[in-house]
Amino acid sequence: MTISDYTRAPSVGTEQPELAARLQKIWETAPGIGGWLSTVDHKEIGLRYIVTAFAFLILGGVEALIFRLQLSWSDRHLLNPEQYDQLFTMHGMTMIFLYAGPVLSGFSNYLWPLLLGSRDMALPRLNALSYWIYLFAGIFLYAAFAIGFGPNDGWFNYVPLAARAYNGGPNIDFYALGMILLGISTTVGAVNFVVTFMRMRAPGMSINRVPILIWGTLTASMANIFAIPAVSLAFFLLWMDRNVGTHFFDTAGGGGSALLWQHLFWMFGHPWVYAIVLPAMGMVSDGLPVFCRRPLVGYSAVALATVATMVLGFGVWVHHMFATGLPNISLSFFSAASIIIAVPSAVGVFAWLATIWTGRPVFTTPFLFFSSFILLFTIGGVSGFMTGSVPVDWQLTDTYFVVAHIHYVLIGINVFPVAGAIYFWFPKFTGRMLDERLGRWNFWTMFVGFNLGFFPMHISGLLGMPRRVYTYAEGMGWDWINLISTIGSFVFAAGVLMLIWNVLKSVRSGAMAGDNPWDAPTLEWATSSPPPPYNFVVIPTVQSRHPLWEDRLEGRPDEARSHPHAGLVLEHGREAIGTDPLDAQPDIILKMPGDSYAPLVFAIAVTAIFIGLLLLAWWLVAVAFVGVAATTIVWLWPERALGETREPANG
Amino acid sequence: MADRVALEGTLPVGAIDTRASGWWAMIFVVCTEAALFGYLLFSYFYLAVQPHAPGTFPDSGTPSLTLALPNTIILLASSVAVGWAQFNIQRDDNRRLIIGLAVAVALGIVFLVVQYFEWEQKPFTLSSTAYSSLYFVITGFHMMHVVVGVGVLATVLVWSVLGYFNRVRYAPIHIGALYWHFVDAVWLAVFFTFYITPLLGLRA
Repeated sequence: MTISDYTRAPSVGTEQPELAARLQKIWETAPGIGGWLSTVDHKEIGLRYIVTAFAFLILGGVEALIFRLQLSWSDRHLLNPEQYDQLFTMHGMTMIFLYAGPVLSGFSNYLWPLLLGSRDMALPRLNALSYWIYLFAGIFLYAAFAIGFGPNDGWFNYVPLAARAYNGGPNIDFYALGMILLGISTTVGAVNFVVTFMRMRAPGMSINRVPILIWGTLTASMANIFAIPAVSLAFFLLWMDRNVGTHFFDTAGGGGSALLWQHLFWMFGHPWVYAIVLPAMGMVSDGLPVFCRRPLVGYSAVALATVATMVLGFGVWVHHMFATGLPNISLSFFSAASIIIAVPSAVGVFAWLATIWTGRPVFTTPFLFFSSFILLFTIGGVSGFMTGSVPVDWQLTDTYFVVAHIHYVLIGINVFPVAGAIYFWFPKFTGRMLDERLGRWNFWTMFVGFNLGFFPMHISGLLGMPRRVYTYAEGMGWDWINLISTIGSFVFAAGVLMLIWNVLKSVRSGAMAGDNPWDAPTLEWATSSPPPPYNFVVIPTVQSRHPLWEDRLEGRPDEARSHPHAGLVLEHGREAIGTDPLDAQPDIILKMPGDSYAPLVFAIAVTAIFIGLLLLAWWLVAVAFVGVAATTIVWLWPERALGETREPANG
Repeated sequence: MADRVALEGTLPVGAIDTRASGWWAMIFVVCTEAALFGYLLFSYFYLAVQPHAPGTFPDSGTPSLTLALPNTIILLASSVAVGWAQFNIQRDDNRRLIIGLAVAVALGIVFLVVQYFEWEQKPFTLSSTAYSSLYFVITGFHMMHVVVGVGVLATVLVWSVLGYFNRVRYAPIHIGALYWHFVDAVWLAVFFTFYITPLLGLRA
C-alpha cells in the first residue's frame, strides 16, 4: 500500500438539489425510538440540553419561590429548618450545575458546527455521551431529593458540617457522587468543544475570524478541563471520608484539614463561575451587533479579554475564603487579583456600549435582553469588585449582599443572555419567529421582577441579614425588604413563564422565519431554518468575520470573498473537513461516525458504577466497570468505514 | 494569517497519524488527568505542611525505596517499549509493533504486582492517619490508571495482531501510547512526592 491509496482530491462545487438529497440520505437519523436513542446529531443533542436545562431551571425556580414565601416576613413557619436546608441547597445546586452550565452547552452544541461551517462536532458520539450522563446525573441528584434525602449543606457543602459525624444521612453521599458523575459529562463535553475548535472550522476561518461565542465556549471548556478535576476530587475524598474512614477533611485530630475542602472546592468554583458566563457573554457579543447594524467594536480586544478573564479566574479562588483566617500575604495577593480581573471584564462592557453607541439600534426583544445584560453585569461586577476588597468582604461575607451579588452575576450574565439568545436563535432552531409583542411583555416583566427581587438584597445584606437562615426574628427591620424581594421573585417567575409560553405557542403558530430573518452576518444564517441534518450542502469557504455582510462592509476583490454556498463537496459517506488549528487550511477528510447506541449504554453503565458506590454494593461497581470497559472497546473498535484500518476507505 | 484558502489538491482520508480527531481528544484527556494528579498532590503538600505529631507524616517514617525505585524503572522501561513499538509501525514492521506492545503490557502488569507487595508491607491502613489516606488514595488513583492503561495497550495489541495497522493507519497506537506515556510520567511526580520529598526534609 502506498500513501496515495489513502488520499483523495475532493471536488469543489455549488449547492445542487441532487447533492442535497444524497446528503440527506447519508446524514439523517432513522425515525422512531431507535433513532431517538442513538442519534449523534449535534442539533438534536443541543436542543435536548436546552430543554433539559430549562426543566431544571423551572424546578430550581419553584424551590426558590417556596423559600421566598418562607422568608417574606419574620417568624414564618411554612418550612421547618431541615426542609429549608434541602430547598436552598437544591436550588443552588440545580441552578449552578444543572441549569447554568448545561444550557450554555446546549446553545454551543447546537450552534458551534453551524457557526464554524462544519457538518458536526469533532466527536459526535462523545457529544451524545455528554448529554446522557448529564441527564442521568440530574436524575441521580433529584432522586435524592425525591426520597427526602436531598443535599442539605449548601451548594458549597463545607466540612465539617458535611462530614459523617454531623450529617449522618445519605444526603451528602448523593450530592458527592452525583457531582462526580456530572463532572464526567462536563469534561467530555469540554474536550469535544476544544477539539472541534482546533479541527473543524470551515476552510479559511482562521482564529481571528471565529465568532466571539466560539471564543467564549472554547475558553470555558479549557477552564473546565483544568478545573473540574478539583471538585470531582474534593467530592470523592469527602465520600471516602464519609464511607471508608479516611482523614482528608477530618478536624478531630486525624491530621486532615477543613480548609482543604474549601481550597479544592473554590479552585474549581471560581473558574466555574466564569465558565458559566463567558459563553453567554459570547452570545451577546455575536447577537447584540446584529441589532446595532454594525460589527462588534473591538473584536480582538473582546476575544483577548475573554481569555484573560479566564486565566486570571484561576488565581482568585481565595476571595471566597477571606474570613477563614489566612495570612495577610495571601489575602493581599488574592484581593489584588480579584480587583485586577475587573479590567478585562470592563473591556467587554465598553465594547458592547460602543457598539450600541456607534450603531443604529433596532429595539427588538433580543436587543432588550442583550443590552439590559450590560447593566446587570455592571451592577454584579461592581458588587463583586467591592467584596474583592478584604475589609469590605469581612463586613459583608455570608450576608444577603453576597446573595444579591451572585444573582446579579448569574441571572444577569446567564439568564438574560440566554433569554435573548432564545429570541435570537429560535427562528434558526424551528423555522418560526417568537411573538415579538409577547416578547416585550416577557422582557419587561423579567427585568422589573428581577431588580425588584434582588436589588433589595444588597440592602438587607448591608443591614446585616445573614444568608442561609430559615427565618428571622421580628424587630430586626428586615421584614419589608424581604417582602419586596419575595414579590419581585414572583414577578420574575411570571416573566420566565411568559418566555416558556411564547416558545410553546410560537413553535406551532409563529410567523415563518426564512433562512436569515435578522439579516445577521454569520454562517448559521446561510443555511435553512431549521438546518438539514448535514448543515451545509457544500462546505463554506470563509475569508472574513462576517461572511454574509461582505457586500456591504468592505470593498473586497472577488478572490478574497467568503463563499457560504460554494466550496468542498464531501459526499462519500459521512464526511467532514479537518482543518489546521490556526489558519484553517484543509488538512484531512474526516470520516464521521453514524448514529450509535454506544454512548447511551456507556452512560447507563457509568451511572450504575455510581449507584453501586452509593449503595456500597461492590459487585455492582465491578459489573458496571466491566460494562464500561466492554462498551469502550466496542465503541472504539477500528472500522474500515471510518478509515481506521489498513484497508483503504475511499469510496 | 493566510488570506487565500487552498481547496485544490489531494487530502488524506480517515484517521491518519496525529491528524485523527481521537489523538487531539487524548491530548485534552491527558490535560484533565494531569490536573487531577495536580490537585491530588496539592492535597498531599497542603496536608504535609499542617502540624502533625512526630512520626505520623509520613506515617512510620520515610518510605523505603527498596521496591519503589526498581518499580519506577520498570514503568519507565514499559514506556520505552511502547515508543519502540510506535517507531516500528511507522516503518511498517507489524511484528516489532506486536513485540513492543506485548513487552509493555507485561511490564505494566509487573508494576502492578510489585505495587501490591509494596502495599502489603505498609504497617498502616487507609484509615490510620491523614498520611495513610493520602498514600493509598494517590497511589491507588495511579494504579487505577495503570490498570486502564494496561487495558488500553492490551486492546491495541489485539488489534495489531489482527493486522489492522500499517505505516499510514496507526492512529489508535499513538492514541493509546500517549495515554500510557502520561501514566508513566505522572508516576514520576507521585514517586517524587512520596519517596523523595521526605528525604528532602518535608516530614513531621
